[in-house]
Amino acid sequence: MTLLAVEGLTKRFGGVLAAKSVSFALDEGEMLAIIGPNGAGKSTTFNMVGGQLRPDGGSVMLAGKDVTGLPSRALCRMGVGRTFQVAQTFLSFSVLGNVQMALLAHHGQTRQLLSDAAVMHRDAALALLDRVGMAAQAGRPIGELAYGDVKRVELAIALAAAPRLLLMDEPTAGMAPSERTALMALVAGIARAERIGVLFTEHDMDAVFAHADRILVLVRGEIIARGSPEEVRADPEVQRVYLGHSGTRAAGRARRPVHG
Amino acid sequence: MEWSFLLVQALSGLASASSLFVIASGLTIVFGVTRIVNFAHGSFYMLGAYLAVTIVPWLLEFDRSPTLFFVGVLASALVVGLLGVAMEMLLLRRIYRVPELFQLLATFGVVLIVQDLVQLAWGPMDIPGPRAPGLRHGVTILDQRFPAYELFLIVVGPAVLALLWLLMHRTRFGVLIRAATQDREMVGALGVNQAMLFTGTLFLGAALAGLGGALQIPRISANAHMDLSVITEAFVVTVIGGMGSVPGAFIAALLIGLLQAFGVLIFPKITLVLVFLLMAAVLVVKPWGLLGRPEAAAGRAVLPEGILDPGRMDWAGKVLAVVALAVMLALPLIDAYAVKVGTEVLIFALAAVSLNFLVGNGGIVSFGHAAYFGLGAYGAGLLVVKAGLPMEPALIAAPIAGGLAAALFGFFVVRLSGIYLAMLTMAFAQIAYAVVFQWVEVTGGDNGLVGVWPSHWAASREVYHYLTAVLTLAAIVFLRRVIHAPFGATLRAARDSAQRADAIGIDVRMHRWLGFTLAGAAAGLAGGLYAFSKGSIDPTLLGIPMSVDFLSMILLGGIQSVLGPVAGAAAFHSLKDFFLPLTDHWRLLLGLSIIAMVLVFPRGLAGAFASLRRRPA
Amino acid sequence: MTRITLPRRALGAAALATLARPAFAQATPIRIGELNSYSRMAAFAVPYRNAMQLAQDAVNAAGGVMGGRPMELVFRDDGSTPGDAVRVAEELLTRENVAFLAGTFLSNVGLAVADFANQRKRLFLATEPLTDAITMAQGNRYTFRVRPGTYMQTKMLIEAIRGKTAKRWAIVAPNYEYGQSAAANFKRMLGDAIPGAEIVAEQFPALGRVDAGATVGALAQSRPDGIFNVLFGPDLTAFVREGNTRGLFERRTVVSLLTGEPEYLIPLGDETPEGWIVTGYAPDQIDAPPAHKAFIEAYKARFNDTPRLGSLLGYVTVQIIANLLNKANTLETEALVNALAGLATDTIVGGVSMRALDHQGTLGTWVGETTLSRGKGTMKNARYADGANYMFSETEVRAARPPA
Ligand SMILES: Nc1ncnc2c1ncn2[C@@H]1O[C@H](COP(=O)(O)OP(=O)(O)O)[C@@H](O)[C@H]1O
Ligand SMILES: [Mg+2]
Repeated sequence: MTLLAVEGLTKRFGGVLAAKSVSFALDEGEMLAIIGPNGAGKSTTFNMVGGQLRPDGGSVMLAGKDVTGLPSRALCRMGVGRTFQVAQTFLSFSVLGNVQMALLAHHGQTRQLLSDAAVMHRDAALALLDRVGMAAQAGRPIGELAYGDVKRVELAIALAAAPRLLLMDEPTAGMAPSERTALMALVAGIARAERIGVLFTEHDMDAVFAHADRILVLVRGEIIARGSPEEVRADPEVQRVYLGHSGTRAAGRARRPVHG
Repeated sequence: MEWSFLLVQALSGLASASSLFVIASGLTIVFGVTRIVNFAHGSFYMLGAYLAVTIVPWLLEFDRSPTLFFVGVLASALVVGLLGVAMEMLLLRRIYRVPELFQLLATFGVVLIVQDLVQLAWGPMDIPGPRAPGLRHGVTILDQRFPAYELFLIVVGPAVLALLWLLMHRTRFGVLIRAATQDREMVGALGVNQAMLFTGTLFLGAALAGLGGALQIPRISANAHMDLSVITEAFVVTVIGGMGSVPGAFIAALLIGLLQAFGVLIFPKITLVLVFLLMAAVLVVKPWGLLGRPEAAAGRAVLPEGILDPGRMDWAGKVLAVVALAVMLALPLIDAYAVKVGTEVLIFALAAVSLNFLVGNGGIVSFGHAAYFGLGAYGAGLLVVKAGLPMEPALIAAPIAGGLAAALFGFFVVRLSGIYLAMLTMAFAQIAYAVVFQWVEVTGGDNGLVGVWPSHWAASREVYHYLTAVLTLAAIVFLRRVIHAPFGATLRAARDSAQRADAIGIDVRMHRWLGFTLAGAAAGLAGGLYAFSKGSIDPTLLGIPMSVDFLSMILLGGIQSVLGPVAGAAAFHSLKDFFLPLTDHWRLLLGLSIIAMVLVFPRGLAGAFASLRRRPA
Repeated sequence: MTRITLPRRALGAAALATLARPAFAQATPIRIGELNSYSRMAAFAVPYRNAMQLAQDAVNAAGGVMGGRPMELVFRDDGSTPGDAVRVAEELLTRENVAFLAGTFLSNVGLAVADFANQRKRLFLATEPLTDAITMAQGNRYTFRVRPGTYMQTKMLIEAIRGKTAKRWAIVAPNYEYGQSAAANFKRMLGDAIPGAEIVAEQFPALGRVDAGATVGALAQSRPDGIFNVLFGPDLTAFVREGNTRGLFERRTVVSLLTGEPEYLIPLGDETPEGWIVTGYAPDQIDAPPAHKAFIEAYKARFNDTPRLGSLLGYVTVQIIANLLNKANTLETEALVNALAGLATDTIVGGVSMRALDHQGTLGTWVGETTLSRGKGTMKNARYADGANYMFSETEVRAARPPA
């Protein structure tokens, strides 16, 4: 069933056409990757879907409902969670506190004036941290964590709202290669198990071709190719403008174990 | 009205605008590079004028030539520039690492010190300066006479603008200033000697302020109040233009100069508020001023400056709290005056905690918190004086009045962030100030209203002290509780990352707005209690000095701590009370102690207490 | 505790008292709390305090008050805000045990202290605040004022222009209570002095921030025959310079409140306009009564400066206080208040009494014309306008003042 349908999204920054009539759809439990060079408009597209930016044109439908231009907080309540290219967390909070905060927000308890925030949703927060493998670090200030760990916590924060759709802008940027594979496997596992749709961008082609069900290629704000990893890999235009030689090799390498 | 008159009136406006721009350009450059809101800029302006009325007449003794006049003016500006360098090297350089707000407090300490030093050096009388030789006369324009010196001033503004443009685009120093204004981290990354850059910037900024002051001597006498009279207007120009933008300051100065020149024709009575209305309007429509840029987006990995971990109270904290409470309750054993001071400390403690609820917990730096304190006082006072109600309902009305005002202003305030937010709070506070100042029939104008005394049962100092203690402590405990509650955590979360807060479903503006309202209500209660402790209300309760006092209290106490502001209020108020009767130069001593505290306790008293306890035995 | 502002003489007396306790046991000083804006308004308040010290020393040298007790003024800065002032007043009453309070400069401070005095039932002798409210709408049993208020001084100027031909008048006043009420008083009384006169323009620049060019332009535009000015201090200097250059004052009658006071005239220097009709004080032209001349000489000798209007006020105030203490011969507040109401004192400017009806002193001021002499501003044709002739009428007082 179609979870997300994006139709003709367009965004202009002054003279730059950052997204030009971008259209795609995403099913429940599906992992859709957007790839493209820096400045292609990936983050812009994410931000229009995630409610951080208002599109100049086009529409976003979530499970059949028009959510175009709704703010991020409204989308969150409709089941859209996200992580950012530069991780956004609550720096003054502990790791646990970050997830507790997300749970408080999810349960609509942010206006309570008298209860003690530190003891609320502890267990649920620990459980979420456990899922992303961060339970052991629960008590530490988030500012002390390695960047890869911060990204995991950010995933736990996003999951706290029990999303149907996860938007992940470069989830593995700044991580060591081994960490990347582990994180993407974690995301893929959760997505398949809970039938969460995942839209993600990634520069690491190994990660993309290993986990994406389908791929969109965005260049200068326009989708120039789309399809299964095999189709995209084979597309000569994509090879020319983006993947180049090394990307093609990565694509070939990554696909083998899955099919093997 | 004839055209000739409108033309001359426009020229008057341009002359004021030009003078204002010279001053504001220095302020905006300093802010752009150092991010310091430099209250002492007005002091530099005043020093420029005082130096010029000393140097210029001395030079003119040799020869009454225009050249010597301008040599004197430039020399004054240069000397002030050197004073700026001194301030940078002796003071600011030591505190670049402390929270930005602390630097603001330090510059305010400098304001107090300069006020007294100027009076010591030049005496209390206003000192008239000489007119500029060759420019004494009036020039007839159509049928109107216009001062030649003002024609000259009209040219000065654009000339300074052009020179600054050349400096910014043709010299390495200027390029660095622009780079630092746009991205401070980048300058550090480029390996630029930051200390040299900042020293140079302070020289330039102070010299421009000094030039502005020195150029005024043919028009106004050097006087001890000129620092504060110019600083708010310079802030307004800087903010309207966009902080850090020199061309923006130029446009804003033009707008304000002309607005005033023609404003006096149409609304001769509201000149006080006209500029602040303009500033509020600009900020509501263009949140970063006319030519300003949004502040660099959050997402940098820097810890916020406010409360990091509200924490539990440990035993030392508890002991301290109990001792403080016992002292407060035992004050009547000392003497009647100690009770009086104690009552005021409690009231200011509540005001300070409510402000830190915004600043430390919410990252909402309000420069206008006194507005809600003062409106709370007026809410209570008007009920007593005008409606004849007793104290009890009036004290209920006080937080409602403060809260309603905060809800009204906060609706616009929470749309902004950072320094622009701070400036909008100041603009609203000035508008509120102007309203109570001008609405004589209702508020009694600047004379205020008297007769706001407690009910009979609470009339004695002691009973009123205990009443105040109960109410303020209850409110402080409540605010502390809220900081620990989900609502307080939500405000901290929104402060840390508004984007993340939004993405997890938090309506950031709504929560900030509610928080602003709550803090306004608490300040309003404090204001109501203050009114009954004094028996009168007047506009100084809403004034900028009062807001600065509150800021000083929370900074002295430590904005990282939930209860630090209580200690800050006690320390600040006791200091003031100690110095005030001691000598005429209490401002000098107060300023020096503020600076000493900033240097010795850069994280406030609470921070000092914490690190004392953490130090291994 | 040493107090820096403590008069040297009092310290000496205290030291003596400790040395020779038995002999001076009776002579405990009578302390009076004097609070004023010594820091923010130093130009006024310091010469005022100087003269008070001079007067106090004279009183004590002549044998003190109440049968030989020295009088001791305890000076305090009032912080220039009502909030600070009320706390300082409390400190004076509770810690310094002063018999009563005197002083204040700003009107809002004076009114707040007056109401505080009323609440605490202690005497307050306001010296400088000019607001009419302090003796009228907000007057109370415990508050008296020495100096002629806004209404009285405006009325003195009105008398001075009676019968002039100027019909079109413009007003410029600082935008706060003092300026507004002076303007209102002037408007109200103008028609009586000059039948058919009208107000053609009013300008109310913000206090301390006059935009002189724009203000002068707007006034000139209304083509007045006469101008009533209430600006003072830095605003006045800016206004006068701008007006001089633009010819605003040429062939116009200008009347101006307070401008003749040395506090405001000295900074005008060689820009002092010729022929403005002003209230003020010109110590160099005083030749009677002899006591006044003696005061001026003594002040010059001790402080190496000419006395200001504030000095005169300070000296007269101490004379009134000394007289009050001698007449009442007690420190009990109600008795002091009763004694002060209607009390006539022979001061350096002649007789001054505190009218019982509204607690307003009959101290007057000088009305004359500004003139330039040897590069400095001064007054010519100055005559002493006795305050007794310019008080509010009894009916006005009864209508405005709350019943006691
Ligand atoms: N807030 C903005 N203002 C102006 N231009 C922007 C803004 N955000 C992105 N752009 C521009 O839009 C284009 C696409 O940017 P982005 O979506 O961040 O690309 P990607 O995420 O694919 O690297 C770039 O040219 C970028 O400079
Ligand atoms: Mg991107």
